[in-house]
Amino acid sequence: MANLKTTDKKSTSQSMGMHTELLTGRTQQKFFNPSEAENFFYFGTYDVDFNKRTELDVKEMTAPEVNKEIDNLMSKGFGTIVIKNPQGKHSLGVGILNKLNLIFEGSLGYFGMGSCDGPTVRINGRVGWSCAENLMAGKVVIEKNAGSCFGAAIRGGDLICKGSVGARTGIDMKGGTIIVGGDAGAFTGFMMQRGRIIILGDVGINLGDSMYDGTIFIGGKIGSFGSDAVPADLTVSDQDWLKRKLKVAEIGEKFDVSKMTKIVSGKKLWNYDNLEPAEKKGAI
Amino acid sequence: MLKKKTKTKEKKTKLGTSKETAREKMIGQHIGYRYDVNLLPDYKKITPFLKKYIEAMGWDDLNWLEDVHMGYEEGRPAVFCRNANGWVTIPKSIKLPNNQQDRDMIARELLVKFQMSPKHPLVDLKKAYLKF
Repeated sequence: MANLKTTDKKSTSQSMGMHTELLTGRTQQKFFNPSEAENFFYFGTYDVDFNKRTELDVKEMTAPEVNKEIDNLMSKGFGTIVIKNPQGKHSLGVGILNKLNLIFEGSLGYFGMGSCDGPTVRINGRVGWSCAENLMAGKVVIEKNAGSCFGAAIRGGDLICKGSVGARTGIDMKGGTIIVGGDAGAFTGFMMQRGRIIILGDVGINLGDSMYDGTIFIGGKIGSFGSDAVPADLTVSDQDWLKRKLKVAEIGEKFDVSKMTKIVSGKKLWNYDNLEPAEKKGAI
Repeated sequence: MLKKKTKTKEKKTKLGTSKETAREKMIGQHIGYRYDVNLLPDYKKITPFLKKYIEAMGWDDLNWLEDVHMGYEEGRPAVFCRNANGWVTIPKSIKLPNNQQDRDMIARELLVKFQMSPKHPLVDLKKAYLKF
């Protein structure tokens, strides 16, 4: 169990105004050498060249075969891979932990681009449920519409849909940015914990229901607010960031961001934490 | 429909500097993040290392690093590594600037160096458990 202790002695972080209480407990602590050699890629990943391009027709291949072949091509140094005829297959492009420029000439089924960390992906079609689930880093652009649970539990990176998306977009997201050029369904930002969602169109009912933290920006009409989702003031910093992000997303560059509605957590549902509550201990 | 803002006088406090909610008072523990997780990065403060990193990855901005901020652990400045699920302590030799935006950029740079290091704890795990 982690305890809260107050301390009179000022530590470095305290003197910088970061906190006044000292947390102790099970948290893992790591030390490292900041003068490590300059390296931008995970240990053991492939050194690929964006200028080295290849095409892969997957019409007659299963999803595991496609994913293994993408890995094989990366091991040969191909940095740009064009996938032809994906034909709505499920679970394509999952688990890529490499920098890569990946282009799908068609639509994907369920769970496309799940658990990726680093690639830049363009899908010239539609995507099914849970596209880019658990995305850690990178950029995924969908040219048409997306299904439900778009960007479920993402932790980082940019996920962009130029069309409209289904219900529960950004459910349980813990970081990153989701940008939608069209409309979004009900329960957008359901239980989100961190990160940002931008919807240029309208959203359905229960927007940001039970959100713990994070920020939602809406350009159109809002069906209704969910539990603990409250409007907040749109700052100049927000507007600058929105303009820059929409430019990166290649959509809504001329959109008037000053008229967007900002939604944050009201923090009234903050009744759980990563510590062990004292009353729970007492009840055991 | 938009909810009307209720006019309540709330004492403005910095995250982590006091017990903000009634529940925190009740359980005697601080709930929530140790810094403002919604703080947007100031791109004027970006470091040369981070510029090179963005360029190498083929991105247009800080991407996942927008969510990285400097927090604290055991009374010392630290950055959270999601891959190791632990706090990476900032070495004492590094002098930290006086504002959060500059500190965040340093945290981002150090986190990238830590994650890409062959000494990262996941490297040993990968060697031991990698199946394919």
